[in-house]
Amino acid sequence: MTDPLSPPVKKDPLKNTRMGHVSPGLRSRAARAMAVRAGQGRFVLQVCDYCCTATYPPRDRCPKCWGTLDWQDQPTGATVMTETTIRVTTDLFFKEHAPWRVGSVQLEAGPTAIVHLHSDVRPGDRVRMELKLDRGGNPALFAMPEKETPNMVDDAQYRTFTADPKHRRVLVTDGRGPVGQAMAKALLKAGARAVFLGNGDTTMRFDGEAEMVAHENVEIVPLNVTDTNSVTKLAHQLGGRIDIVVNTAAVTRQSGVAFGSKLTDLQAGFESEVTGLMRLAQGFGPAMSARSDDGTNSAAAFVDVASVYGLTGRAGFAGQAATAAARLALISGLRGEMAQTGIRVISVLTGPVDDVWHQHVPPPKTAPAQIAKSVIDALTRGLEINCAGDAAKDLFARWQADPFLTIREENQ
Amino acid sequence: MVGQLPYDGVVICAPVTVPYVRFSVETAHWWAGGAMQALARETGLGPADFDGFCFASFSAMPDSVVGMVQHLGLSPRWMDHIPTGGASGVMALRRAARAVQCGDAEIVACVAADTNQIDSFRQTLAGFSRFSQDATYPYGFGGPNATFAMITDNFFRKYNVSRQDFAKLCVAQRDNALSNPIALLKKPLTHDDYLNARPIADPVHLFDCVMPCAGAEAFIVTTPEKAAELGLSTARLSATIERHNAYIDDPVQTRGGWARDIDALWSAAGCGPQDVDMLQAYDDYPVIVAMQLADLGFCDKTELPGFIADNDFTITGSLPLNTNGGQLSAGQAGAAGGFQNVTEGLRQILHCPLGDQVPDAKKALISGFGLVNYDRGVCTGAAVIEPEDLR
Amino acid sequence: MSNSLLSDLAGALVSGRVQMVDLTNTLSPDFPVIVLPPEFGQCAPFRMEKVSRYDENGPAWYWNNISMNEHTGTHFDAPAHWVTGKDVPSNTVDAIPAREFMAPAVVIDISAESAVDPDFVVTREFLTKWEVEFGRIPPRHWIALRTDWYKRVGTADYVNMQEDGAHSPGPDASAVEFMVHERDCIGLAVETVGTDAGQAMHFNPPLPAHSILHGNGRFGLQCLTNLDKLPTFGAMIIACPLKIEGGSGSPLRVVAMIEGKNV
Repeated sequence: MTDPLSPPVKKDPLKNTRMGHVSPGLRSRAARAMAVRAGQGRFVLQVCDYCCTATYPPRDRCPKCWGTLDWQDQPTGATVMTETTIRVTTDLFFKEHAPWRVGSVQLEAGPTAIVHLHSDVRPGDRVRMELKLDRGGNPALFAMPEKETPNMVDDAQYRTFTADPKHRRVLVTDGRGPVGQAMAKALLKAGARAVFLGNGDTTMRFDGEAEMVAHENVEIVPLNVTDTNSVTKLAHQLGGRIDIVVNTAAVTRQSGVAFGSKLTDLQAGFESEVTGLMRLAQGFGPAMSARSDDGTNSAAAFVDVASVYGLTGRAGFAGQAATAAARLALISGLRGEMAQTGIRVISVLTGPVDDVWHQHVPPPKTAPAQIAKSVIDALTRGLEINCAGDAAKDLFARWQADPFLTIREENQ
Repeated sequence: MVGQLPYDGVVICAPVTVPYVRFSVETAHWWAGGAMQALARETGLGPADFDGFCFASFSAMPDSVVGMVQHLGLSPRWMDHIPTGGASGVMALRRAARAVQCGDAEIVACVAADTNQIDSFRQTLAGFSRFSQDATYPYGFGGPNATFAMITDNFFRKYNVSRQDFAKLCVAQRDNALSNPIALLKKPLTHDDYLNARPIADPVHLFDCVMPCAGAEAFIVTTPEKAAELGLSTARLSATIERHNAYIDDPVQTRGGWARDIDALWSAAGCGPQDVDMLQAYDDYPVIVAMQLADLGFCDKTELPGFIADNDFTITGSLPLNTNGGQLSAGQAGAAGGFQNVTEGLRQILHCPLGDQVPDAKKALISGFGLVNYDRGVCTGAAVIEPEDLR
Repeated sequence: MSNSLLSDLAGALVSGRVQMVDLTNTLSPDFPVIVLPPEFGQCAPFRMEKVSRYDENGPAWYWNNISMNEHTGTHFDAPAHWVTGKDVPSNTVDAIPAREFMAPAVVIDISAESAVDPDFVVTREFLTKWEVEFGRIPPRHWIALRTDWYKRVGTADYVNMQEDGAHSPGPDASAVEFMVHERDCIGLAVETVGTDAGQAMHFNPPLPAHSILHGNGRFGLQCLTNLDKLPTFGAMIIACPLKIEGGSGSPLRVVAMIEGKNV
């Protein structure tokens, strides 16, 4: 069994913070394609389109028949064949985290692989493989116990592949709405040590305020993402203590493009969702980056909750889809930057939220609690992208299969 | 399969070693030039005299043999680049021998040179191969230590071999190194020292690992006539084998390509393992030495503990092993580590060793193993050489 | 120096016999703006983005880009702001004659009433009674309602938004009709976020200040401070809106001249 993760002790102010190195980053294009699937929480290997052989490490042609390869979901079973505990390494990340256990496994899917080993597995054991992303956003095979063991997710090696909220301090940017409040509750339930809940207008009451104030580990903080000064002020005050940022800012308004649209709505949406995202990234990104390997409550993730229609546009909500698209673009850029420093950048995509702005939209709609659950899921699994609710899952699946068809479908 | 033609009309001569240093500010080009200078001193030949050039290195980037030829002022009519590290010596030998035999070249300089600058080991690892960059080094970045640790872990369990057995091999090689004036590791090593060494990547411990260093090795392949003209002692190539990426379905490496072709080697050499006077084996990790003992025909893998116990691997022992100390004690100068077996075997049978002479050395078995592209070494080769003319 | 009105004023300014009172709130991102139901277009708050501050984007200079609504912070309402004023001549800030930018003020103190009742409504009856006590409101004056509401800035009590809407004092239709038609005011000047009371959308007619003032070519000044520093009569307000083409209003610096002896 794994020792349960202890709450972090107060930091010795005379000690330097451990720098957040990332493990080696050079990868082939095929390995990057594997990373994309890892970020979606899939366990995939390349399979030959001709002879159907599964292969690993990532290749560009089938080693059995030279057919072309395609990434496909695979059974996760495996058996550990060998192990070693690496105590000496020239890599800066692994040096800080040595000793580090790896081994080779026989995958049920066919190939063998060198993998990270959970502390509860040994040679001869049957294991369940997970395809993770490492701190640098690269794919990593991790052998987990076949059946859950006590405190399994607290394994020190495993925790470097997740952004588990346990013992971490989280900023939820918009606490005035139901999504932010559901988020706060879910984070506390997942073991977060503190939730800082942003309030964009401290002079205006909001629904649910009393309940949020009553939570012992929730602190309502002034934060208006449309105001650079407000973001900077909070970042100066809390930047060194925020381990996870969950951006729940959303401005939903019905709008067309030529017809039935309001430029001021679009501008307000961009100001809040897009420029606001950049303000948050600029305000909190550097301090988080400096603390990405700072022990149990190291800074771990920047989560952006945006509309799934950013992938396609959407008739009737063109402006919101446009801001979501801009968010996805910024998040991609941020992910590239943060990959250098070990902070995960996560997109949680939602369908139409079950709120006042979608009163006329037929079900299925996405409940705030579903969004919160999806964020927790992404954090605990270390995902890069996650869909909240059936509508988002459906659209994402269609978009993956045929992006332009889905764009057409969503705009007619 | 068509049988291999004998290496008639070809000789090997002039083994040279540019003494190794742990770290060097110089480049692979500088070390390669050092090897050419050493060859020149042995033979009296200059740049215009070599019409063949065969080069192996990990640290000459961005240059290949092409850049090296121009850098060193050569004008060969035949050249080759051997990127196979620990297998490069045997492979260079094979290729140069056929070039000379067929008249494509008359006098081929085979050179391996590598530098070891501060941090160059880490950088070499980081970009070593696509599979290792994608699928090995991100897993703890243990480098070859970790890969061979997993191979060793499996080998121990499967064949009931232990660190006790490996201790004897490593201690013997250190004993051998003590007479080699240019070996980097010259402190006597005891059985207990070996067992008590600190772990590096379990079960690999400190004295299982080679010391990366800078250095160069070279030898000449030419015709008997040319060697005679130059007054050089010569050896002949009795048999060779080479195999890459053998046994791809073995989930963990327990054997190398030698096992597949070993009968062909002994048949061409007209002898067996019991007939050789020494084994110059690739020794980056004792598990590979043990693997070679079995795959080259000395014993079965399950008999390894007994075979190791029954033999003495020092220079005067029953099976002298890596008589210069091997890479484990003399140092591993990158690809030059893959030439050591050739130059040391050649020296012993030509009776010009760096250190002590193997008594009555007539037949050397040379074995190479190279390039851990992913989870195992891919390239293997072996050769039997015998003295022809001692001058 | 010639003996003229302006030279007298200049002398008074220099000597301190005439003093300036700043009636303007600081334009900052967290200064509240009027809150409308979410489905309406919203009033943008003040926002400021640094362009450079002696840094790589401008080594020797400091400046910001700013953005806001025409009705953000201490601001001026032109007649065109309201539908009733849409056809009034010269109804936008760029068209308003400059002579309108300086005018005397009469200050009506309803701070005590407002303190007791945040929904205090100024009626015609209240005004006529006030005149009995303080004197008749002269023509072409700003009528300034002193509520001391500016002291609530920075707290929830300023906009004072409850579940049934905002709560702040203001005039009813009878009062505004009286100000415009019987006293010929230049406009209404208030410390609250709007010239109308917080609950004025429920008045009949709704939002009478906006509706009647602008329908008759009068102006509004909102979000003022320091009206408690002004005398009941005798202050001169200078309020020059930005010359925004076709603008419905403008943030501005509002100052008042008062005679020193009253300070």
